[in-house]
Amino acid sequence: MAAVEIKQVRKVYQRDTQKVQVLDGISLEIAKGDFVALMGPSGSGKTTLLNLIGGLDRPTSGDVIVSGTSLSGLKGRKLAKWRARNIGFIFQLYNLIPVLTAIQNVELPLLLVPMSGKERRKRARTALELVGLGDRLAHYPRQLSGGQEQRVAIARALVSDPEVLLADEPTGDLDRKSGEEILNLVVRLNREFGKTILMVTHDPHAAERATHALHLDKGVLSN
Amino acid sequence: MAIPLSYNIRNVLQRPVATLTTAVGVGLTVTIFIGALALAAGFQEALRQSGSAANVIALRKGADSEISSYISRDAANIVRAHPEVATGPDGRPLASPEMVVVTNKPRLGQPGSSNVTVRAINPEGLAVRSAVKIVEGRMFTPGTDEAIVGKRIAPRFAGCGIGEKIRFGQRDFTVVGHFTAEGSAFESEIWGDNAVLQPALNRDGFQTLTFRMKDPARFAALKRELENDPRLQIQVQNEQNFYSSQSDMLSNIMRFMGVFITAIMAVGAIFGAMNTMYAAVGQRTREIATLLVLGFSPASVMVSFMIESVFLSLIGGAIGCLLALPINGIVTSTTNFQSFSEVAFAFRVTPPALLAGLIFAALMGAVGGFLPALHAARQPLAASLRGM
Amino acid sequence: MNFFSLVLVNLGRNKRRTILTLLSVTVALFLFCSLGGVLDTLQEAIKVGSETRLVTRNAISLVFPMPLSYRDRIAVLPGVKSVALQNWFGATDPKNPRNFFAQFGVDDAFFPIYAGDMTLVEASPPQADVAVPQGMDPKLASYLAEQTACVVGEKLLQKMGWKLGQTVTLSGTIYPGSWPFTIRAVYRARKKSFGEETMFFHWKYLNEHGMQGRAWVGVYVLDLGDPGRAADLAKQVDAMFENSDAATRTESEQAFQAGFVSMYGNIPFVLRVIGLAVVFAILLVAANTMMMAFRERVSEFGVLKTLGFEDGMVFRMVLAEAAIITLGGGLLGSLGAKLAIEGSGFNVGGFLPPMSVHWSTVATGIGVAFLVGAVSGLIPAWQAARLRIVEALRRVE
Ligand SMILES: Nc1ncnc2c1ncn2[C@@H]1O[C@H](COP(=O)(O)OP(=O)(O)OP(=O)(O)O)[C@@H](O)[C@H]1O
Ligand SMILES: [Mg+2]
Repeated sequence: MAAVEIKQVRKVYQRDTQKVQVLDGISLEIAKGDFVALMGPSGSGKTTLLNLIGGLDRPTSGDVIVSGTSLSGLKGRKLAKWRARNIGFIFQLYNLIPVLTAIQNVELPLLLVPMSGKERRKRARTALELVGLGDRLAHYPRQLSGGQEQRVAIARALVSDPEVLLADEPTGDLDRKSGEEILNLVVRLNREFGKTILMVTHDPHAAERATHALHLDKGVLSN
Repeated sequence: MAIPLSYNIRNVLQRPVATLTTAVGVGLTVTIFIGALALAAGFQEALRQSGSAANVIALRKGADSEISSYISRDAANIVRAHPEVATGPDGRPLASPEMVVVTNKPRLGQPGSSNVTVRAINPEGLAVRSAVKIVEGRMFTPGTDEAIVGKRIAPRFAGCGIGEKIRFGQRDFTVVGHFTAEGSAFESEIWGDNAVLQPALNRDGFQTLTFRMKDPARFAALKRELENDPRLQIQVQNEQNFYSSQSDMLSNIMRFMGVFITAIMAVGAIFGAMNTMYAAVGQRTREIATLLVLGFSPASVMVSFMIESVFLSLIGGAIGCLLALPINGIVTSTTNFQSFSEVAFAFRVTPPALLAGLIFAALMGAVGGFLPALHAARQPLAASLRGM
Repeated sequence: MNFFSLVLVNLGRNKRRTILTLLSVTVALFLFCSLGGVLDTLQEAIKVGSETRLVTRNAISLVFPMPLSYRDRIAVLPGVKSVALQNWFGATDPKNPRNFFAQFGVDDAFFPIYAGDMTLVEASPPQADVAVPQGMDPKLASYLAEQTACVVGEKLLQKMGWKLGQTVTLSGTIYPGSWPFTIRAVYRARKKSFGEETMFFHWKYLNEHGMQGRAWVGVYVLDLGDPGRAADLAKQVDAMFENSDAATRTESEQAFQAGFVSMYGNIPFVLRVIGLAVVFAILLVAANTMMMAFRERVSEFGVLKTLGFEDGMVFRMVLAEAAIITLGGGLLGSLGAKLAIEGSGFNVGGFLPPMSVHWSTVATGIGVAFLVGAVSGLIPAWQAARLRIVEALRRVE
């Protein structure tokens, strides 16, 4: 069974009276344990595709199936629950909650599953140690460097142990060195922990680290 | 150089929700403020109107209200005969000896009872009370068991409709007319004839004597003469001043309550304005920094934000004035404990009260805007330009 | 960390705004409960008098007196234990004319009847050897021993800066002239509603110096042996004087006191309207805060939802935030009003019993605060809940 299966997905945005077709009947399969880099010019629909896979948005037509679950059948609370358990998101701008410490940020997704506070903290700490921030638990995002913030975000994406990680230009806002570190981390997650990863990137060097690379242009995928 | 006003106005209008919620909060405070002033002003005016500046009123020495006063028939006659008292075309003195008592009457449409002032006059006394006009029915016929009722209390007490009977002592009186008196407290009274009401209420003598002077300029001399006459034991004052003073206690309480209530409300409204202004400053951090870099002085930035806050509050003040306008003329009533009887009076929203409301609003804006404006003027340039 | 601490952390995000909003809710609820306190006090005033004592007055109004001869005719009615006289005096202290206080001329029967409502706490006898009749409080004897003696409430003594044993001279308004009184005893109220700002003195003194012995009586207070017969006796008394010059109206003391309250006319209604305006004003301040809090966090709501937070949770989170601010302010303001107003013992010149704020008013205040929180949070909470993730994430502040 493929981790992610996309069948004939179209996405049309309606802007006022004008229709913008972003994805034009895309089909794609990502096997379990794959690390796929998604490239393409700005505005080509990469983020849109990621959002569809994460269940943040719905396709105009076609179907998205993740780990055997068709997202078209999930709505509202069910979709939210499913996402909490199955998908980890990593954003370009980290999107940490500024008023929460590193460990609190990582704990956040665990609030959604029945679990004791102690257990939550333990898991959050483990996740942070995994990304190399075991000594920054009580730091607030503004007290961390960009690379460190992104690592906290990765820990947050990991902590509920989802099968699929979706990363939207995770190194886009980082300097070369930090970007490299984040990339190493992502590779490790794929290799050591067997996570299926779809990563949007503009950086060909980053794309090389993936097991596969895809190109999206004018709404069409190519290898 | 000053930052143009239109900059602030545009900014205030650009965030309609925050502007409106803040302004209405300020506005409600202003409404209550104006309402309290209107209440006190209405009450005061009702009593002030009772007196005529051309009249003089005599009460017993030491009496602080009509009901606690007493003037004997003899004393009244002595004063009436005084050469300084003006006379009418028929040659009789323009002087009205009056019996003023308080009677307890059941309310209409409300449980309980309240006190109503009953004033007995001599038929010729109306010449002194020129403000009184019969608006319905007719004047009572002297010497009969008839009474007229002030228009403002007629609907508030039982038995006050025309043709209805109202009991004083052991006698029933027929209400034959309703009268107005230029909105004065007389409109909250029941009037009848001395010759009938005095025996009915088992009273002798009068409470007050009101008269017109031939030459008002000689008031001081007359006052001295009458007050020093050992046969009289009276005090003499300008009628308008006397009735005005009857409102002092209650209108002071109303004003005190009004100030107390609005002062507290204002604190809340000012905090609300501060919130909005801090948010406005926060949103425009970069913009402000740019202005500073362009060469505007911190002082002009500060002034600009103060103006914005005052402008915002003035919108509220205007809303408050608009909300307060409809209460003008609403008739309400309460017991004036100075006269121990109920006075119905109308709220009076006066232009000075509206102006005071606007000034009050501007003040709230200035106070609420001060710290946010200071914050804006003092922000570190470099950090602001980089953004937050 | 848990859901609740997440809400708290969000409240701490803009501490200044949270505190300003909390404080404005606090002052508003303080005001709301103070106004409620006035209504409570009026409520209390209705219940001031005893239901088992009767008060007889002239049917025309209180201003009209009754002859002293009524006392003996009332006293012999079966069921009447004792009858006391009471005349409103209405004088002012020329040294302090703005400080209004109530004075009553009362006879000796007055104090035993009101023994349950007040108690004498201090006395200064006019001479060392005041004869104390068997079973009488020697403090009362000190007062009874002198015709110009008076008893004043503890608070009045304090307020006017008088001292026990001092002679104060009042100037009469209804009974003209200068009236010297010597403070021979001080009373304390046993029931809060009785108040401690009144002065009592000898009716006899008033009769001799103020009425030339004409012996007019303002009201009679009837102490009954059997309270069950109160209504009956009231009718009996009034029937007895129905056709005389001074017809009477007799009612329970409570109804008599309630009559004063009804004289306030529309004031309670006005206070209610003001209370409503206050609540509405505060609703706006709170709503504005919650809207601001929502607007600057749109993208964070998007992140939370991405992490799997359900719409309902986000909704509750925003509502809880609003409710905590307003509840906090409500608690502070409402309880503050109770403490401040009841603690200050403020009363309106003795017309009304000391101001009080009932617990029910405090509870209403807190309830109103909670409601304000809910309502002010409703729109932003709803907006946050229906926010679409994709849009929220795209929106850059
Ligand atoms: N909610 C929306 N409404 C209308 N148009 C949208 C919406 N979201 C995205 N689009 C449009 O869809 C197209 C694809 O956007 P998307 O964000 O997926 O691009 P992208 O490939 O991620 O670009 P970038 O590399 O710049 O991030 C763009 O033209 C964008 O303007
Ligand atoms: Mg993108």
